[in-house]
Amino acid sequence: MKIGVRILPKNEVLDTQGRAVESTLKSHGRSVNQCRVGKYVQLDLAETEPALALKKAGEIAEFILYNPLIETFELEVLPN
Amino acid sequence: MAQKPVGILRFLGTNCDRDVWQAVETLGLTPRWLWHEDTFHPADYSGFVVPGGFSYGDYLRCGALAAKAPAVQSLSEAAKKGQPILGICNGFQILCESGLLPGVLVRNEGRRFIDKWVKLKLRSSNAWTQSASVGRELNLPIAHGEGRFFLEADGIDRLFENNQVWCTYSDNPNGSLKDIAGISSPTGNVCGLMPHPERAVTTWMGSEDGRVILSNLLV
Repeated sequence: MKIGVRILPKNEVLDTQGRAVESTLKSHGRSVNQCRVGKYVQLDLAETEPALALKKAGEIAEFILYNPLIETFELEVLPN
Repeated sequence: MAQKPVGILRFLGTNCDRDVWQAVETLGLTPRWLWHEDTFHPADYSGFVVPGGFSYGDYLRCGALAAKAPAVQSLSEAAKKGQPILGICNGFQILCESGLLPGVLVRNEGRRFIDKWVKLKLRSSNAWTQSASVGRELNLPIAHGEGRFFLEADGIDRLFENNQVWCTYSDNPNGSLKDIAGISSPTGNVCGLMPHPERAVTTWMGSEDGRVILSNLLV
């Protein structure tokens, strides 16, 4: 089963990448209120039960994929 | 009895390892490589340096993958035993990601990689500053894109209360919170800093101030 891990910088953390994209968008006439840039990790797991797969993906995210000081993460079950 | 060697950790992508090796030799000490895939016996060494570079190409987050290496597990044992450990630049990032030091280093405020000499102020005494007087100014080079120290406000206050902020920038180059350039563990034996003391150990390098930190390996 495939699980997606969406990682975003916390709101209180200065997101320099987001700021840079925001500024480029603005200079090309495509202003946005805010742009935050994160990462997306796709895990292909042996688990076939969504609950088990999500539990394992959560453990992996806690282990290394995100840093709780500066980031948040969300999991989603992906179609195979 | 001859002093035990100084262990220098090497990861894939470490690139300041030879500079640290030469600086250690310049001080009259014996360096020894510690490969990231291997564990080691902390008692065989007098101290440890985690050099700068781009371990694992800074994939995921700076230092995040290196922090899980077997050699870092041994380093954690050394930290618990009170042995001196210094993380420089990417080494500082690795120590933070491994939990040996609090906080995290994030992208410079100005988004640029900065390579320049900076003035630092020593603020507290620990295993890596005991030969230097608090308040002393140091001239050291920095070279990093992600050196902005970050921790939530309460955590920063606690670091200052516990004297864990051991060096600060006189003219903050990267937006680091409270001008923090280096922090230590509560016990003071584990220290990290973004500037490179190993690049300032002889006059022809532009400064010998790196010795103020590295010479504590001689203690």
